[in-house]
Amino acid sequence: MFEQLVNGVTQGSVYALLALGFTMIFGTLRMVTFAHGEVYMVGAYVGFELVRLFYPSFFLALVAALAATALLGVLIELLAFHFLRDAPHATSLLVTIGLSILLVNLAQLIWGPETQSLPYSLLDKLDYGEIQLAGAYISFLQIAVLAVTVLLMLFLYILINRTKLGMVIRATAQDYEAAYAMGVNINRIFAAAFAIGSMLGGVAGVLVGIYYNLFYPTMGQLYGLKAFSASVVGGLTSLPGAVVAGLLIGIVETFSVELGASNFRHMVSFLFMILILVLRPGGLFGGKELTHARGD
Amino acid sequence: MPRPLRSILANTPYLLITAALLFLPMVAPNDYYIQVAVFIGIYIILALSLNLLNGYVGLLSIGHAAFYGVGAYASAKLMMEASLPFSLCMLGSGLIASAFGYLIAKITLRLSGIYMTLVTLGFNIILFLILQNWMSFTNGPLGIMDIPEPIIFGYHITTRAGYYYLILALVLLTIVSMHRLISCRFGRALIAIREDDLAAQAMGVNTTRYKIEAFVLAAFYAGVAGSFYAHFIGFISPDSFYVYESFILLAMLAFGGQGNLIGPVVGAASLIVVPELFRGLLEYRMIVYGSILVGMMLVRRQGLLGGTEYSLRLRWLDEPEREIFSRGDKFLPD
Repeated sequence: MFEQLVNGVTQGSVYALLALGFTMIFGTLRMVTFAHGEVYMVGAYVGFELVRLFYPSFFLALVAALAATALLGVLIELLAFHFLRDAPHATSLLVTIGLSILLVNLAQLIWGPETQSLPYSLLDKLDYGEIQLAGAYISFLQIAVLAVTVLLMLFLYILINRTKLGMVIRATAQDYEAAYAMGVNINRIFAAAFAIGSMLGGVAGVLVGIYYNLFYPTMGQLYGLKAFSASVVGGLTSLPGAVVAGLLIGIVETFSVELGASNFRHMVSFLFMILILVLRPGGLFGGKELTHARGD
Repeated sequence: MPRPLRSILANTPYLLITAALLFLPMVAPNDYYIQVAVFIGIYIILALSLNLLNGYVGLLSIGHAAFYGVGAYASAKLMMEASLPFSLCMLGSGLIASAFGYLIAKITLRLSGIYMTLVTLGFNIILFLILQNWMSFTNGPLGIMDIPEPIIFGYHITTRAGYYYLILALVLLTIVSMHRLISCRFGRALIAIREDDLAAQAMGVNTTRYKIEAFVLAAFYAGVAGSFYAHFIGFISPDSFYVYESFILLAMLAFGGQGNLIGPVVGAASLIVVPELFRGLLEYRMIVYGSILVGMMLVRRQGLLGGTEYSLRLRWLDEPEREIFSRGDKFLPD
C-alpha cells in the first residue's frame, strides 16, 4: 500500500513537473502549447544519448537536456507566438500541433520508431539499489526522481517569488501591455517563460526515460496530454495547483491499477479534466474563472 | 427562360464537374487511382464536417476523428451484430455519432475558447483508449475484421468503381446539403456567432442552441464518413481514429482554407494526392502534414482559399434580383 503510494507520488511528481511547464507558459503567454509532450521526448532522448556516451553521469545528462529543451522552447515560442502575436489564439495552437507532429516524426527519423533502452551494464551503475522504508522497497532512482522534482519546484518557487526576473514574469502574466508600458522587454520575458517551462518538461523527460528505461518517439504524447489535463485541473494559471493536480492524478492512476482497472488507467487524467471543467471550470486553484484566452 | 431552367443553367460548371467525375472510373488506368479518389472523397466529407465547426461557427475542435471512429465502429457493429441493411447502418452510425456530438456539445459549450478545444481532444483520446481496451466489444487493438461489403438497394458493391460511385454520391449530398444549410438562417446564424458571439446573442440568435446543432450535424457527417470507411476497408482498428487523424483534418483545413465550401475540398484533395504523387514521401507523410500546418499558419493564416466565398455559378444567367424598397426609404425611385 505504502509502496503503491510512493510509486504514485513518483509518477505524479513527473506529471507535476510537466504540468508546471504548461502552467508557466499559459500563465505568462495565455497560450496553450501542444508541443510540450514533444519537448519532454526530446529531453529524454538527449538524456539517453548523453548517459550512453558519458555514463554514469546522470547530472550531466540532466544539464544538457535542460539546455537543449530551453533552446527548443525558445524556438517554439518564436514560431508559434512571436511571429503570430496578433493572430487569433487558434493559429498559435495549430502551429504547436504542427510542431508536435514534426518533432515526433523527426525523432522517428533520427532514432527510429522502435523502443530503445539503455544497456543494463550502464544502468547498474546508475541504480544504486533500494532502501527499505516502512516495509516498502523504494529504489534509488525513485528517490532521485523525487529529489530532483522537489529541488526544481523549490527553484521555481524562489525564481518566481524572490527574484527580479520572477517579479517581471509575474507582472507580464498579469497584464503584458502594462508591463510593456513599464519598460519590460516582454519579448524576452515570453521567451524566458517558454524556456523555463520547456526546461521543466525536458527534465521530466530525462527522469522518466531513465526511470522506466524506455525511449520511443511517441513517448511524449500521452504524458504531455496527461500533464496538460493536470494543468487544467490545477487551474491553468496556478503553479501550486499544477503540482497538487499532478500528484493527485499520479496517485489515482497508480491505485486504479491496484484496483484492477489497469487498462483504463490512462483515462483517469482525462476524466478528471472533463469533470473539473464541467463542475469548476476555473480549476482546483484557479481563483477566478479564466475562460477567455488571448485573442478570443 | 423559366426559372428552374435558368437556375439549372447557372449551375452548368458544377454539373460539368460532376459529369467529369462520373467518367473517372472509366478512364482510370487501374484500381489504384480509384482507390485514391475514394480516399479523397472520405476526407472531403470529414474536412467539410470539421469546417462546419472550425470554419463556420469558429469553435476549434481538435478531436474530430472521434466521431469518425464512432461512426466506423457503430456501422460495423450494427451490420455484424444486428445485421441491419447497409443504408440503415450508415444512417444509424451517423445518428450514434451525432448523439456523441450532442453529449460533447452539452458538456463543452458551457466552457469557452480553449477549454472547449481541450475537451474535444480529451474525448478523442478517451474514445481511443476505450476502443483499444474494451476487448469484448471492440476487439481491442486487433480491430474488427471482415466487415461485410455494402448492399445498397439490392446492388452488391464489390468493385472499387462501385465504392467510388457511392462515395461520389455521398460527397455530392454533403456538399449540396451543406450549401443549403449555410445559405439559410442556420448558416447565417453560425457565421454571426463566429464573427461576434456577443453581438449575435444581442441580435436574438440563440447561440448555445446553434452551437449544439452545429456539433450534432458535424458529428453526423463524420459518422457517415466513418461508416463508409469501415465497409470500404473491411477492417477497422483504433489506430485509424487516434488524434493524429484529427490533426490531419486540421492540416487539410489549414491548407485549403476554411469558412467556405471550396477550401476544405481543395485541402482534402491536395493533402491526399501529394503524398501519393511522391511515393517516396509516403513515409514522411506526417512530416509533410506538420510542415504544412506550421507553414500555412505562418505564411497564409486563412489557408489557400479561405476567407472569401468562391463560386463557379454563372451569375449572369440568374434572374436579376429585384431591389426591395421599404416605405421608410426617403428617396424612392419613380
